[in-house]
Amino acid sequence: EMPSSKRHRLFWFCSLAFKAAVLIQRWYRRYVARLEMRRRCTWTIFQSIEYACEQDQIKLHNFFSYLMDNFTPSSSKERDFISRMFISGESFKEAELEKYCDYESLEVPDSYTGPRLSFPLLPDHATALLEAFKQKQQLHARYVLNLLHETRKHLKQLPNISHVSTCYSEEVTVCGDLHGQLDDLFLIFYKNGLPSPSKSYVFNGDFVDRGKQSLEILIILFTFLLIYPKEVHLNRGNHEDHMVNLRYGFLVGLMTMSRLHGKKILKMIQNVFCWLPLATLIDQKVLVIHGGVSDTTDLDMLEKIQRNKFISVLRGKKRKESNRNVEIKEINGESQAEPDSAGNEITSSLPSQPRPTQAPSMTNRVEFSRWVRQTVQEQIEWCRKLVDISDSEEEELTCSSLVSLTDLDGPCWTRQEEWKQVSDILWSDPMPQEGCRENTVRGGGCYFGPDVTGKILEKYNLQFLIRSHECKQEGYEFCHNRKVLTIFSASNYYEIGSNRGAYVKLGPDLVPHFVQYQANKTAHTLTMTQRISRVEESAFRALREKLFAHTSALISAFKLYDKDNTGKITLSNWATAVESVLHLGLPWRMLRPQLVRSTADGMLEYKSWLDDLAMEQRSQEHIQSSLLEVIYRNRSNLETIFRIIDRDHSGLISFEEFHQTWKLFSSHMNIELTDDGINDLVRSIDFNKDGNIDFNEFLEAFRHHIQCLVCKARRTASNLTAEHNHSSRGAMAFVINFLG
Amino acid sequence: MPSFLQNGVVAKIEKKITEAFKVFDHEGNETVDVREIGSIVRSLGCFPTEAELHELLAKVEEEEPTGYVHLEKFLPVMIKVLLDRSYRPIPEDVLLHAFEALDENKSGYITKEDLVKHMTEEGEPFTEEEMEKMLSSALNPETNAVHYRDYISMMIVDETDDLPQ
Repeated sequence: EMPSSKRHRLFWFCSLAFKAAVLIQRWYRRYVARLEMRRRCTWTIFQSIEYACEQDQIKLHNFFSYLMDNFTPSSSKERDFISRMFISGESFKEAELEKYCDYESLEVPDSYTGPRLSFPLLPDHATALLEAFKQKQQLHARYVLNLLHETRKHLKQLPNISHVSTCYSEEVTVCGDLHGQLDDLFLIFYKNGLPSPSKSYVFNGDFVDRGKQSLEILIILFTFLLIYPKEVHLNRGNHEDHMVNLRYGFLVGLMTMSRLHGKKILKMIQNVFCWLPLATLIDQKVLVIHGGVSDTTDLDMLEKIQRNKFISVLRGKKRKESNRNVEIKEINGESQAEPDSAGNEITSSLPSQPRPTQAPSMTNRVEFSRWVRQTVQEQIEWCRKLVDISDSEEEELTCSSLVSLTDLDGPCWTRQEEWKQVSDILWSDPMPQEGCRENTVRGGGCYFGPDVTGKILEKYNLQFLIRSHECKQEGYEFCHNRKVLTIFSASNYYEIGSNRGAYVKLGPDLVPHFVQYQANKTAHTLTMTQRISRVEESAFRALREKLFAHTSALISAFKLYDKDNTGKITLSNWATAVESVLHLGLPWRMLRPQLVRSTADGMLEYKSWLDDLAMEQRSQEHIQSSLLEVIYRNRSNLETIFRIIDRDHSGLISFEEFHQTWKLFSSHMNIELTDDGINDLVRSIDFNKDGNIDFNEFLEAFRHHIQCLVCKARRTASNLTAEHNHSSRGAMAFVINFLG
Repeated sequence: MPSFLQNGVVAKIEKKITEAFKVFDHEGNETVDVREIGSIVRSLGCFPTEAELHELLAKVEEEEPTGYVHLEKFLPVMIKVLLDRSYRPIPEDVLLHAFEALDENKSGYITKEDLVKHMTEEGEPFTEEEMEKMLSSALNPETNAVHYRDYISMMIVDETDDLPQ
């Protein structure tokens, strides 16, 4: 029997402990919730930037449309220049291809220690390759080309829709996007085993771009494809596309890797990608496609079309007009998201292009879709007036224009419907709401609802769909009542720790089993908090970069809330203003503590905030240049355009070409640059005497030079003396003129 | 508070709440899963107990619980919570006292067993998952104990006042 005093003390202690526990739990749960919010915000940032990037793709595409519509070539030289931008990437006829991308003449030096391939390939070749790539070796161009030729030959015999059965091998493993992340592929093979007669694999597209080892992945996949043709199946993804590759840097990697033979490899790859099958059916019950489906998806049509016609699903279409034989471009159905780039007057003979109204925010998809449709209709009317063409077919131009046919002797286009089938398969995303609408965010395919899924499954007697295309936190995700499975195999896609990768295994019962992984040892040792912080840092860095790139627009937006010109605005207005400029649909008030460091009594001094941003971006003296901003904001667009101009992918473009490009680009992007101005500028940078420009160096020098000029301009604005040489003065004058 | 000031503040709070709500609104139709309400309320700067959270849920759920909460029901309730400054944050020193209260010997640490016992059996008990997560960052693997002073200073994020300025 405990003495009452002790019992009392015990009771008191228990009560205290109880209260303490409640407090700690209360505090901890709050901590976790906040972490969850941060995690979601970070994810949202990455996704919206990624999709904004894809919107850029649309803008680029519109730029090309715009070129074709408004830039009347004043000389045959210019006409060639424009048409070259569209012809690049045409497919060769068989014999021409063999000749151009010939590999037999390529000598492999004795000093070469990498793997040597001979055909037909054997499992030993595969292991040798895997080993070599682990040691960071490269495969000699001769073998790469040989492999590509053989792959193409093999793919040509395959149907558009591959069939896999779980009878022959115990189970089928389906992998999603790899995006050049070789470590993930190694991890998959390590955990799951190599492809073999008893181990079937389906790789569901997007093998390349973004990650640094796109070519290695292709080599490995193609090798296994040839060794085990019955067991290895590849589906085409939206990144197995020339235009997309240009944008996302796969090509740059290729060129730096093997400059000499890069062009040949590139040409071959283009002609391999277009032969990749479009879909895979497992046991006739599970359809595997890269993107998704739409309400018009027709598997019978998909089986019959000539899939190799679609070198790119995103390129401008050319149409022959019967009387003039001039190439006219069809307007891209998905018009600009921002209204500032349209409506420039160029040649007086053309009726003025209708100016789109202010686009609603991207987050309200219904509204946005409606706005796009309206704008598209206007553009189409205008285009029709322009070319005075009456269509024999009632074509509903709702999506991006068609792709050019490769056969130069035959008709120059394919049917709208065929293209749509392919585009929908490669680009669509599922959505929670019912229905089917255009995927205006990506610029291709649709958003498809659970009802669309249901109909497809019923029509073709399927059990569920497997697709990829979207990064998922856990590497996989179900939707549409478990009828659609997204599988994504590139771990740490946005940043180390951002997400896991996964693959799915199906046995004869077709019940999915998942294996998740994360291909980075550091990710494992970090705690949840640390991982989230790291990814968060990365996201915010990207976001600050974007903010910086819109400095001028932001200042204008802030000024609207600062009529009295105090230099300050409330934090609430800051959030509204930022969204109105960036259109990313982000929860700015939630993100504010990470973006705005110091406030004085709830008000933000926006100019100094922007200055801080600029200082972060440029680790030198505080510089403000709207031209710099424009370059910064458009640099990836610029790069893409330059890569297209650099037709032979040599990395060099002539001065002439550059000048023309810049002129076109600037007129579209609303930058004022006189001919003299650009000439002076270009000349005042050192070039090799042959008038060729190494693009990468140039862009860097250009940026750097602009900064220096701005610095100088500021310091010496009042005393322009003769000590500046002629070209420099001219350049400076143009810069000062531009800055106003 | 003068009414005109009140209105300005309410508008800002409303925007803040709506933003936080939308982060969890996966379908874009102004509803969230009822299980996410806790995260939303907490990320707006509140430290409710589970019991207090349930009380709040009762006010925002539909009459026939659908498993979803609509923004239009959530908004007025949450505005009041923020204006009343309910569920105040826990200051660092109070948190420290709480840990000290569980540390009978005043040794500066709590053993894993003791902590697990307190957290999973007393107060508003942790689930196994919650306990595991806490241990993963709190536990010193060498001593198999939680040195709470270090833990607190590591976890206390420099939180700016989440209430709208």
